[in-house]
Formats: sequence, C-alpha cells, structure tokens
Amino acid sequence: MTTLHHDAPDAPEPVDVDDPRLSRFDVVKEGLRRDEIEIITYESQFQGNNSKAEKRVVRNIALLFILAGVAAFAFLGFYIFWPWRFELGHTLSDYYTPLLGISLGIALFAVGFAILAWAKKLLPHEVSIQARHDGASPTDEQKITGQTMLFVGDELNQGVQRRPLLKGAIGFGLAPIGLVAAAPLIGGLIENPHKAEHPDLFTTGFSPAKNGGNLVRLTRDDGTPIRPEDVSTGGQMTVFPGIPHGATNEYADSPTLLIHLRADDAEETRNNADADRRNAGSMWGNYVAYSKICTHAGCPASLYEQQTNRLLCPCHQSQFLITRNAQPIFGPATRRLPMLPLGVDEEGYFVATSDYKDTVGPDFWERP
Amino acid sequence: MKRRTGKADLQQAPVTFAKGVDERFQASTPLRALLNKVFPDHWSFLLGEIALFSFIILLLTGVFLTLFFDPSMSETAYEGAYPALRGTEMSQAYASSLHLSFEVRGGLFMRQMHHWAALLFMASIVVHMLRIFFTGAYRKPREANWVIGMALFLLGFLAGFTGYSLPDDGLSGTGLRIASAIMLSIPVVGTWISASIFGGEFPGHLIIGRFYIAHVLLIPGGLLALISVHLGLVFKQKHTQWPGPMRTNTNVVGERMFPRYALKQGGFFMAVFGTVALLAGLFQINPIWLFGPYRASEVSSASQPDWYVMFMDGLVRLMPNWQIYIGDYSLPPLFWPAVVGLGFFTTAPMAWPWLEARKTGDKRIHNLLERPRDNPERVGIGSMAVTFFIWATISGGNDVIADKFHISLNAMTWAGRIGLIVLPALAYFIAVRVCLGLQQHDREVLAHGVETGIIRRLPNGQFVEVHQPLGPVDEHGHPVPIEYGGWVVPKKMNRVGALAPAVKGFFFPVEKPSEAPVSPGMPPVSGDTREEITSGRK
Ligand code: HEM
Ligand code: FES
Repeated sequence: MTTLHHDAPDAPEPVDVDDPRLSRFDVVKEGLRRDEIEIITYESQFQGNNSKAEKRVVRNIALLFILAGVAAFAFLGFYIFWPWRFELGHTLSDYYTPLLGISLGIALFAVGFAILAWAKKLLPHEVSIQARHDGASPTDEQKITGQTMLFVGDELNQGVQRRPLLKGAIGFGLAPIGLVAAAPLIGGLIENPHKAEHPDLFTTGFSPAKNGGNLVRLTRDDGTPIRPEDVSTGGQMTVFPGIPHGATNEYADSPTLLIHLRADDAEETRNNADADRRNAGSMWGNYVAYSKICTHAGCPASLYEQQTNRLLCPCHQSQFLITRNAQPIFGPATRRLPMLPLGVDEEGYFVATSDYKDTVGPDFWERP
Repeated sequence: MKRRTGKADLQQAPVTFAKGVDERFQASTPLRALLNKVFPDHWSFLLGEIALFSFIILLLTGVFLTLFFDPSMSETAYEGAYPALRGTEMSQAYASSLHLSFEVRGGLFMRQMHHWAALLFMASIVVHMLRIFFTGAYRKPREANWVIGMALFLLGFLAGFTGYSLPDDGLSGTGLRIASAIMLSIPVVGTWISASIFGGEFPGHLIIGRFYIAHVLLIPGGLLALISVHLGLVFKQKHTQWPGPMRTNTNVVGERMFPRYALKQGGFFMAVFGTVALLAGLFQINPIWLFGPYRASEVSSASQPDWYVMFMDGLVRLMPNWQIYIGDYSLPPLFWPAVVGLGFFTTAPMAWPWLEARKTGDKRIHNLLERPRDNPERVGIGSMAVTFFIWATISGGNDVIADKFHISLNAMTWAGRIGLIVLPALAYFIAVRVCLGLQQHDREVLAHGVETGIIRRLPNGQFVEVHQPLGPVDEHGHPVPIEYGGWVVPKKMNRVGALAPAVKGFFFPVEKPSEAPVSPGMPPVSGDTREEITSGRK
C-alpha cells in the first residue's frame, strides 16, 4: 500500500501522445497535465488481483442489483395487480400506497447503494489535485475590455451628440415604449376595491341592498330560516345571510355566530352593548350575534367557551369576550368582533335589522 | 474479406462519429476538462445535492399531477369514490384532487411523493444554508451564490404555499384567507393588492387558476433558472474544501468527476428518491379528504401549515396587538411579522457576506472552509438566528403544545414572546463559549499531546497522566508545540493509530486489516507493521 506523497514531484513533462509506447493511462495523464491536475494517489482498494475481499465486495454489489430488480418487479406487480380502488372499511386497497412506497423505496435504495458501493469500494482509490485560478483577469485584459465598452459608449454618444434631435427623440420615444410593455401586463390585473356602490370590503350579505331592500333573514347553511326557539339557552349556531348563495364562499365575510345567552350573561352583555354607540340596541332578547370572521386575519373564530363566555379563534388564539362587545382580551387581534343588529320579522324568524355597523374581517389601512 | 471490412467499419463507427461531432462543435477540450474536473468530497457537501434531487422529484411528480388536476373554482356536487363527501358542494379543484387521490391508479402515491419531496426540498435548502453559513463558504468569491441561495428559499416558500393552496380543501382555504389578510395589512395599497391578486373580494373565482400557473410555470421556471446559475457558479468557481494535508487556497484536492464522483452522485440520487418513495408510501401527508372543501365559516383547531411556513405563523401568534392609528387610517399588527418580518428574514441575510467582510476588513479570496469553532462570532450570530427560527416555529404550534401538555395557551404565548427575545441572546453567549472552549482544547492537545489514559506514578508519589505527543519532542522529551492547521486535531489514541483498525468482515475476517484512519498532519501508520488479528478459526 502506497502512502501519500507529501513532496509531490515537479510538474511532469509534456509527452508526445502519438508515441506508441504510451499506455492509455499515460495518455490520460497527459490530459490531466493539460488540465493542471495531478493524480497523487491512484491505487486499487484491494491487495493483489482477485482477492477474497474484492470478490466479496463484487458479490455484495451484485446482490444489491438483483434485489433492486426483484423490488422493481414487485413494484410493477403491486401496481398492476393489487386492488387499488378505494373502498370503505379495512380492505386490501388500504395497503396499495404503502406497498408501492415500500417496493419502490427498496428498489431505489438498492440501486443507490449498489452504485455507491461500486464507486466507493470497487473503483480505485484516488486523490487528485487541480489548480485553481481565482481572482481577476490579467490587468491588460481588464483594460482592453474596459476600453472596448467605453468605446461602444463613445460610438453611440457621438452619433447622438452630433444629432441633438435624435437625442430628444430617443428619450421621448423609449420611455413610453417601456410603459407600453408594462401596462397591459400589470394593468389588467389591477382591481379597484372601492369601485362598487357598496364595496364588498364594507358590505356583507346581511345588507338589505343585497336583498332588494328587504331585511335579510338569518339562515342555516341549507338556507332554512331560524326561529328564536331553535337555539337553546347557552347554545350557539353559525348563521348565514338568507339570500341566494348566502352560505357559500361568495359571501365569505358573512358567516355569523348567533348565541343564546343565559339570562345573567345576557343582562351583562346588554348593559355593555347599550353603553356602546354602535352596538346599542343590537341584541334581541337574550340573543346576540357576532361576526364569525376574526378581525385578526380572517379565520372563523369558532371555539365558543360557554363557561367563560369567550370566543377563541383557532388560528392565532385571539380571544374575544362575548359579554363585553366581543372585545379582544388576548392574542394578536386588536379589534372587537362586529355585532349584527338582530330582530324578528312578522313570521317569527330572525332577521338582521341592518348590515353590520362595523367593518367585518381583517383590518386594513382605510377602514373607517 | 468483405465481412471483415464491414466489421472494422463498425468498430470504427464511434470514432468517426466522435470526430464528426468535434469537427462541428470543437468539443474535445471542454469535454475532457469536464471529465477530469476535480471535486473535493465531504459529507456536508451533499446537503445541497439533496435539494437538487428533491427538486427533480418535484418536477417529475408535479408534471404527473398536472395531468389530472383541474384548477377551477366552479362548484360541483361531488360524486366520486369517497363516500363521506358524496353530494357535498365543492370546487372543481378540490373534486379533482380527490379524484387524483382515490380514482387514479397510484395517484395518491404521486401526490404524497410530491408533498414529501416539497418538505424535503425546503429542509435540505435550510440545512445546506446552515452548512454554508457556519463554515464561511459564502465568503469572497462566493457571495453571489449566497444571495441566490436565499432567493431560492423565498421562491421555494412561495412554491410550497401556492401548491398547498391548490387542492382548495379546508386547510388551504384558511391559508389563503390569512394570505389575503396579510395583503390587506399593507399600508395604503393593501386593499388594492388583495383585490388585484384575488380579482376582487376574497376568495373570488380566479385565485386557484392564478396560483396554478404560478405554481406550475412561473415559480418552477424561476427556480430552474436560479438553480442553473447556482450550479454554474459552483462549477466555475470550483467547490470549497476543508483544510487538510496538501489542501491550499489555490488547489482542489479530491477525485475526478468521472467516473467515481459522478457514480456516487447517481447512487445518492437514487437513495434520496428511495427515501421520498418510502415516506410517501408509509406516511400519510395532507389527507385533504378529511379536511372537507373550504368553507369560510369552518376551520378545525390545530390546523398547521407546512413546517417552513410555521415560523411565520408563530411570529404572527406572538405579535402583541399593537395597532397604529394615523388619523383616519390604521396599520394592523399583522403587518409587522407577516410582511416586514418575512421580507426582512428572507432578504436581510443576503447582505451578510459583505457586512462580515466589511467588519473584518477581509478582502481576500477564500477557498478553504473555516471550522465553525475558529470563528466564534459567526457561530454566535448563526446560533441566534437558528434559535429565533426554531422558537418561532415551535410557537407556530403552541396551541398543540398547550393542549398536549395541559399548559395554558396564554402562558405559552407569553413564554413565546419572552423566549423570542431572551433565547437568541442566550444562544449567542453559549455558542461563543463553546467555540472558545473547543479551540482551547485543540491547542492543548497540540501543545501537550493526546491523553493516553495511562497514569504514571512518579518517584515522589505524584500521579501524572502520560500524553502522547503528536509531533517531535525536544531533548527533554517535551513535545514541540505544533501549529494549528485549521483542521481536526486527533484527540483519541486510536485516531493516531494506537489501536489496530477494525478487521474487515462481519462473521469472519477477510484478509488484512484496513489502513489506519488518516488524520491530517499525521502520515497514516502503514498497515504492514501490524499483525493480522484472526478469529482463531481457519
Ligand atoms: C420546488 C417546487 C415545488 C414545491 C415546493 C411544490 C409544492 C407543492 C405542495 C406542497 C403541494 C400540495 C400537495 C398536496 O396536495 O398535498 C403541491 C401541489 C401541486 N403541485 Fe407542486 N411543488 C413544486 C413544483 C411543482 C411543479 C414543477 C409542478 C408541475 C409542473 C407542480 C404541480 C403541482 C400540482 C398540479 C399540485 C396540485 C395537486 C393536488 O394537490 O391535487 N408542482 N405542490
Ligand atoms: S385569524 Fe383569528 S387570531 Fe389570527
């Protein structure tokens, strides 16, 4: 076993590659010399030809390749013959994806390890050194290129300086051309969020404007209206505007939480609401309705804790106190949940007596 | 006769072909330079490769998914194979993702491969980046690749987010909603940006289609371009290497690209691919059928985004509710972590190589890596960043932790807020100390030698431990101190060849023991001076 040469010999002499006495490796070495590479160590990993260790490595690599083939066939077999259609309950099809994964995984791993073992164990061990060429180009090259670029500038400039009209025309002509390229690309995308008469930013499905001027009923997600007795004391229900598509994502800001408070909580809630300019008179009996859309980032604030009268938003854990105008009491939300003014129409169903008086949903710059 | 010439011609064919190619493209010299190019090797250089290989897997599986996915938000009633959702109103996008999961042979497997490869892609980018940072590989002349790497993380983040949104299930809709809120939080133009991207009020009918084209064309195109430049620069500037015997700032010590290095890369690709296949087969990911279609009124608790988005979610959770009012206008607190925070953490680090160079006044070219311990300042700052990131990520799951360990959520949030400020500072301090300690130990061993574990009693009754000097000794038998070479210092006796190296063979020994482990600075002990250890069996 040779050891590393610390005192690497001086760079080898160029050789004549047409010399018939040269071996192929000699020719390769001439190439390496030209690429400024020197092979320091190049030796078989085994002692002697056809050694026991070598045979063993070869056998293992062969085994790995064979395993890869077997696993690949297994993959194909599973892929083609295993029942794959989804069925309810525990069926063979449950194992389809895991079987594909295992067989493909084993096949790929086996190929990978076979190749790695081949490269690492079988190929001669080698240490080569190649020179780097860092840093700048030669200064004269730098200079020539620099001057060339400046000359290009000169050429253009001279043309323009002698022709002032051209100069102005270029300035005038090119700037709008740039805009022309940008305008259709970006212009078509721009939407004015305030263009509608009742911009969606400030309007929900409970606005009578969405219902031909009539008050909007509170409905379940299947569109059926709700009577006060449908919500038991201490209970709550997610309600939607009773207009076409009211319960779909088209009215993503409209989902509302209707809560039937216990008498003492209702008392407290009403006192707090009536003390507030916007929420005064919005409750109906012991019922209160708040927007379900979190004022932080718009998740539905849907976890209602009856004991503490808190509403928790699962996204970033803002907590709102139901009895105190849904003030945020913890977490990143700053603004309370808007209250929907409740009423009951002549048929005994809940209606919104107007749209929300506060803007629903996450905050933004120009919110009034 | 005729036959023989025919045969000779056949043998000659590749040569003729190669000559023809060269006449047209002058390929000989560049091709030889490519075959001969020398690459240094170290396990930590493979991290970037994992990212590359997962990207290739993403391209392969992603193209398959596009053949079935329908990026449309028009509503249909589900009639597919999954009984629990039959009759439910949902978007075409969600329905086609369900179709892909249940009614396409191997479709679920491909979806899961795609998702696992995405997670692996982001993870390997991050770990690769840490390697680059802590070893100082970003220093001149490689600053450009550091910047590209950061851009790759940002693009990968966007690719992951847009991809996650495509199936339009309950979770992805919630993610979109939050994204829209983040856009809304931008001062002055927020509502315009959100309206322009969503084509009106959230969610509108366009967003999935737009995200789709971004996800399958624009972002992968950008990634592909950046990755090409990244690799091109690595190729041109040649890889950095660790210090060690023969290694200098002006050479590369390693092995030629062909055949050994290239083979190893191929094998490694297969292993990464195999890992993704195993993960995809055995571990369910993003089971969209359980989340149901997106409804603005519904969300489940403990809904977590992919891991690389969680740090942002964590920052958003920890942000106190400070709202700024300017006249009639308001600036929501969401703006700070989500817009400023994300923008800052993905772009500010780009300036790091120049900041460091400026501080140290170092204008030299560096091709040799630095061991982390040799630059405590850098390790300290890196540890700060890592701690911040990890703590923010953990906070992104603080509700799950609170629930599992029965801690109050409010306590978790406060711990998160305080930890975010205190822990990075602590990490800095500890990291610097550890580095200095390690440095000192290296110097001690170089000066006094390796502890042998042999205790000698001196004539005066004193006990001393015998040290094995690493280099020559002076006339008194004291080791001559050795200069630190920027590389591993052997600290155990078997690293300097005291113990015979392991015998090859699992059940019975095969031939001679292998060569002693090479420790730089120490020529390896040659194998023939030692006796072969046999098992006693013949
Ligand atoms: C670095 C690049 C990429 C990342 C990080 C990424 C990430 C993701 C993620 C996280 C998903 C959600 C997967 C799920 O449904 O569970 C997804 C879905 C998808 N991706 Fe990618 N992806 C990348 C590149 C691509 C490419 C190049 C294509 C196609 C050319 C593609 C096509 C798709 C399609 C069609 C879906 C929706 C399929 C479905 O969920 O039913 N992706 N991607
Ligand atoms: S969306 Fe409700 S707390 Fe963030």
